[in-house]
Amino acid sequence: MAHFTKATSVKDWLNQRLAIEKVEKVMASEYWIPKNINFLWAMGMVLAITFGLLLVSGIFLLMYYQPNVETAFDSVNYTIMQEVGYGWLWRHVHAVAASVVFLIIYIHMLTGIYYGSYKKGREMIWISGMLLFVAFSAEAFSGYMLPWGQMSYWAGMVITNLFSAGSLELNGVVEWIRGDYVPGQAFLTRFFMLHVLLVPLAILALIGVHFAALRIPHVNNQDGEDIDFDVEAKKYLAGDTKGSKVIRFANDFMSKDMFVVSIFLVFFFYLVFWNYGFAMDPVNFDPADGLKTPAHIYPEWYFLWSYEILRPFSKDVGLIAFAFAQVIFVLLPFLDRSPNVKTANKRGLFGIWFWLLVIDMIVLTAMGKLPPQGIYSTIGFVAAIGFIGLWVILPFITAIEKKV
Amino acid sequence: MFKELSILAVVVAFSLLTYWLVEPFAHSQMHAHIETKHFKYTDLPAITKTGNAVAGKELVMGAGACTGCHSIETAGMPAMMPAVDAAASYGVNPPDLSTAGALYDANFLVAMIKNPAHATNLDHKYPADGSKMHPMVAFYGAGGDMDQEVADMVAYLQSIAPKAEEVTPKVAFENACGRCHSMRYKNWTPIGEKGKFKYKKDELRFDASVLDYQDYVVKYMGKLPPDLSMYYRSRGEHFLETFIEDPQSHLKGTAMPRVGVTAESAEKVVEYLRDAADPKHAEREETGKNVMIYMIFFVLFAFLWKKEIWKKLH
Ligand code: HEC
Ligand code: HEC
Ligand code: HEM
Repeated sequence: MAHFTKATSVKDWLNQRLAIEKVEKVMASEYWIPKNINFLWAMGMVLAITFGLLLVSGIFLLMYYQPNVETAFDSVNYTIMQEVGYGWLWRHVHAVAASVVFLIIYIHMLTGIYYGSYKKGREMIWISGMLLFVAFSAEAFSGYMLPWGQMSYWAGMVITNLFSAGSLELNGVVEWIRGDYVPGQAFLTRFFMLHVLLVPLAILALIGVHFAALRIPHVNNQDGEDIDFDVEAKKYLAGDTKGSKVIRFANDFMSKDMFVVSIFLVFFFYLVFWNYGFAMDPVNFDPADGLKTPAHIYPEWYFLWSYEILRPFSKDVGLIAFAFAQVIFVLLPFLDRSPNVKTANKRGLFGIWFWLLVIDMIVLTAMGKLPPQGIYSTIGFVAAIGFIGLWVILPFITAIEKKV
Repeated sequence: MFKELSILAVVVAFSLLTYWLVEPFAHSQMHAHIETKHFKYTDLPAITKTGNAVAGKELVMGAGACTGCHSIETAGMPAMMPAVDAAASYGVNPPDLSTAGALYDANFLVAMIKNPAHATNLDHKYPADGSKMHPMVAFYGAGGDMDQEVADMVAYLQSIAPKAEEVTPKVAFENACGRCHSMRYKNWTPIGEKGKFKYKKDELRFDASVLDYQDYVVKYMGKLPPDLSMYYRSRGEHFLETFIEDPQSHLKGTAMPRVGVTAESAEKVVEYLRDAADPKHAEREETGKNVMIYMIFFVLFAFLWKKEIWKKLH
């Protein structure tokens, strides 16, 4: 049994029971981060903070929201937005954070790709990150159902329809997911459950896994340098903080993180108060009406690129392409055959591949929103083929990549 | 430092490009852009005669027969029957005319009296062969100079109306739109404001009357005019303005009439719609400013903290 002595202070008391000093070292002061990183490495912290904002604002919304098809719309647009003190603020924070979190996730992912932070021991960081992306997508979609507006209803209809798997016509599966033939009360209640309980639990667990996955390989750095963390940490602790290649997570890295977070929050609150339209689609301010299809049905901006991979093809081909787009990013660490951990720009063909991917996804995003007519559907088709093509050639161009 | 800023520039440039594509550009491609004509109603002939309010009063109450259908509360002419019964007869309750002289454009009023179907841009619904008639019978003259008679009636309506600036947004909405549209966030129903009821029974009776009324309106219009509580947020100011000016410009063939309000009245209607859908806009501005000031200090302190800590690292 452990040996306990009379505590000399509260800290000592806690220390004997929880080893808080040790924990503090492991998690903060002796969690070593490379010095050679830029503000893009603060995106993880920005994501954590944004998730915190979503959680807190969500708890406030939950106190007045009513998951009932008759009252959901008014509970949001009247009770919360008009009657509850600062209810509008919580709603705007929640809606804008839900949209902005994806902007930051995309930046965070592309940072990982650009700097090669998904290989040589960092595979699990990448995979857990992609699982977070999937969980956030489920969270965003289920949340979008809750105000029970026109877009909630029709996006719910269109997306759940995908599960009929095209020509397989698995309508039973679709009904099973909806709990009804069309979206209705059963549908709303279960998406409410997913949004406020099951998916957030999964996200919390996945964030835990993601952070744990970072411990052993440590985060990458701007030059992909393989740092000997033990040696560099000793140097730092011996007093050579200027010469050491590593810094403490807290407060060294943290102070920079917080500065980036503060700039991000200025941008975030600007959106919350003055430019929230992109995150709160006007069409969703019309109450759900199963008899009236909106003129244009489109998902939120962050799903547009994968939606556009679905759209330009025939039903079955589109579904296969869509499924491909959903899973392909997870496989990145294994499709990239090159051992180089370097910035994309120093990796020859891979550098071109990276920028083509970014541009292709932006084109897909734009075409996903535009009406699928004329030149737009042609561009969308080409971009969708391009997306698939890029992933097909990735193993080949990385296999012939020179060691740098 | 320079390197970080160039990376930031790249990230911002791609984000802005994406934003521009999915927001301003996509919306410009999805919705036809309709310019307002500033509520001039230039398709209608301009009023040529100077009206005489006294003669107009005679006509409105007499030969013009307006008060056979419309109430004019300020002139002591109450409604002849409850709203539901009026809707049973005419499809919709003819609006009270107390404020008509201030709400509606004079040229529009002239046109409305002479040919309601044409004035409201509903010729497609009421063909020239007379197979279907607008419920408001056109005025065919009282024996004299018809243009003069119509001008007189308009002059009378203007003489009893409050000054345009005295019409509140609420009254503008209720008189110009309220006979068809409800607005639950303002307790408005097309048969009037829904007050508080002491007995559930009375409330149910009121609700039933609203439903009866709406049944008549649906029969008349072909569909139920939507509740307008959230339209300011779902359609935006520009849409509402141009839609009020001429519903046909957005929804070709729609049964909603062009109501013929003046630019000033339209502004008030839109203000009321905004008040229903977004009453916290002023509070949002205010809070926003305070939060921003707080955030600037946060940035400042975060920056100083970072500088302090990193002194020993560089
Ligand atoms: C005589 C009845 C009537 C009056 C008066 C009327 N409306 Fe309407 N309104 C309708 C009907 C019917 C519709 C449904 C039109 C359709 O979908 O074709 C409608 C639809 C609308 C819409 C929805 C348009 C859309 O995009 O679907 C708005 C907004 C609107 N009206 C605003 C107003 C305003 C503002 C006023 C007053 C200035 C007004 N209406 C007066 C009958 C009326
Ligand atoms: C047979 C009944 C009847 C008579 C007579 C009648 N009206 Fe009307 N009036 C109506 C009805 C019904 C409406 C509503 C029509 C609608 O909204 O579709 C209306 C609407 C109006 C409007 C509102 C127009 C708008 O754009 O919203 C005005 C103004 C008006 N009438 C003025 C007059 C005047 C002035 C006279 C006398 C010359 C008159 N009315 C005679 C039935 C009548
Ligand atoms: C909202 C969910 C997420 C949170 C809260 C989060 C948080 C973090 C944090 C705090 C870090 C360390 C600091 C940094 O490098 O930024 C990190 C690193 C990382 N994350 Fe995430 N992340 C999330 C989603 C994702 C996603 C969707 C991916 C992509 C698949 C991803 C991939 C990575 C990778 C590859 C690293 C390592 C970066 C490096 O080594 O340089 N993360 N994440």
